Amino acid sequence: MSSADTTETKDTKKKRTRKPRTTKSKTKKSEETTTPTETIAPTATTTEIAAPTEQEIVPAPVEEIVPETEEKVETEDVVPQVDLPKFEKSLADKITQKFGSKVEVAYIKQDRIRINVKKEDIKDVALYIRDELNFDHAESVSGVDYPDAKKIEVVYHLGSYTDPELSKQILALATSAPREENPNPGRDSTRLPSLREIFYSVEFHERECFEMLGVYFDDHPDNRRLLLPEDWADIPPLRKDFSIKGR
Amino acid sequence: MTAQLPPGLQLEKVDERIMTLNVGPQHPGSGHMRLIVQVDGDYIVACDPDPGYVHRGEEKMSEYRNYITNIPHLERPVIHDSCNILYPYCLAVEEILGLEVPERAKYVRVIASELNRCVYTMYWLAIYGIFLGHSTMFMWPTGDRELLIDLLEKITGARVTHAYFVPGGVRNDLPANFEDVCLRQVNYFEKRIKEYADIFYDNPILISRTENTGILSRQDAIRLGTTGSVLRASGVDFDIRKKEPYDVYENLDFQTNVLQSGDSYARSKIPWLDMLESCRIIRDALKKMPKSGSVRVKLKPNPKGGDVEVYKRVESGRGSLGMYVISKSKPEPYRVKISVGSFRNLICIPYLLRGEKLGNMPAVYWSLNYWPVEADR
Repeated sequence: MSSADTTETKDTKKKRTRKPRTTKSKTKKSEETTTPTETIAPTATTTEIAAPTEQEIVPAPVEEIVPETEEKVETEDVVPQVDLPKFEKSLADKITQKFGSKVEVAYIKQDRIRINVKKEDIKDVALYIRDELNFDHAESVSGVDYPDAKKIEVVYHLGSYTDPELSKQILALATSAPREENPNPGRDSTRLPSLREIFYSVEFHERECFEMLGVYFDDHPDNRRLLLPEDWADIPPLRKDFSIKGR
Repeated sequence: MTAQLPPGLQLEKVDERIMTLNVGPQHPGSGHMRLIVQVDGDYIVACDPDPGYVHRGEEKMSEYRNYITNIPHLERPVIHDSCNILYPYCLAVEEILGLEVPERAKYVRVIASELNRCVYTMYWLAIYGIFLGHSTMFMWPTGDRELLIDLLEKITGARVTHAYFVPGGVRNDLPANFEDVCLRQVNYFEKRIKEYADIFYDNPILISRTENTGILSRQDAIRLGTTGSVLRASGVDFDIRKKEPYDVYENLDFQTNVLQSGDSYARSKIPWLDMLESCRIIRDALKKMPKSGSVRVKLKPNPKGGDVEVYKRVESGRGSLGMYVISKSKPEPYRVKISVGSFRNLICIPYLLRGEKLGNMPAVYWSLNYWPVEADR
């Protein structure tokens, strides 16, 4: 990519139109062939997907637009330093008042709260969230693998249909299970208590999480495979060390 | 011998009374999924849905591609509703990268996603018709959805699999004179679908087959965490376009359709009522849309976000569609979780079919607005 930048000279039209093709063939091995062409791409409507074809049709180079693209690019980290939203803060405060140091509020954003708990406490916290805060269903249950931290996180996104005040809110309740190098799903220490008794709607989500990440849910009535074949013998596919061929 | 085989593969003892039937995965009455049904005579005593025949590993794939190259494959689970499945992804990536979408792009997005919702619903309605042996209801929606497919083809260049939404706006602007053509087609489309009431929704045969079958009470709809038309047919007023408006939905004039009965008839009627609302939304959006302006923010190549995670949801043709995107300061997302309405409504199937007659199975099953490919991802 650096060679493409240095060779970017203001030459005749011929050279300019030819350039993308040569750089494209050179960098074809790397993943993103669009990167060199994008900086030169003159039209306002080009996309990363359609860049090569559209460039061949509309080669007219407009020189003023090139610096404009660099100006508009923003790489700032999205950390809003404004005051925390009040309603979300009050919800999080209720939970911290009740459970103290057992819970950790990871973030409070507009309409979104995330709370991390230990797996021993998750049932109590979930019960409190359901009964006192009126969250009544789970939108999704996502497992996330962190091989470096040797843990697998499970995030429950909870919402509410019954309480009109909470209709915008999504409360993410996260916990983590220990991760083993050589997983043996269902028989190793990667276990969590199931929330199916508390939120009935997590039943299929937890089944999916078990097969995809190997997190066994204790007390779950039905821990069979759901999406994968019954005779799947490899490691759980959403773990980071399960690699796709050719990638 | 049988004990060592994994569950589902063992030989099972034949009961004298209860018979186990496999509906699918190749059966036209189930889509690409299997329903393991146990029947006692004509009555279903248990039903176990077995999805996964079209699992493509979308979530795994998205961990290997950057934010832009993720777009074309993420729409694959529902190619008929591709705008709506890309919507939460784009909203999430915009928050991660800190992009501000131009005003015109927001309106274009709403128009495209409402057109797409109708295209999906018409396809679903066509199959629902033929499930119930109503061939006319198969032909009419299949023909009428061409009107909207033509419109979407004019905008995006593809009949299905549009890949039209990108983080920061839409891929290209509307073609010249699109507003007039769109208004004309949508008005005609609305006139057409109103005629469906006579042939389908007021048809005594349809009513006799779907009314009072597969009743889902309000409490159960909430407890099971259902979404979309299933939830609204059971009397819960919850539409994310109203409750958590994204882009410009709060400026637009429409209402949420709620029915109280919770049976298959109500569930099949809600998507049709939603299509009429979609026509209203499109007309309103065309009126309020800025007539010119940019439709896309320029991205730099391989954009990176910070260490953030975002959960965004929209109302798709099958209910709430959420995307949970975790960014770890890399061009590729660390994790993308797609939470789809079809998968969430799957939990109703064993619940609703228990105690029903076997003949009612297609009427109940397809009224859930279930799309197997989307549920499997």
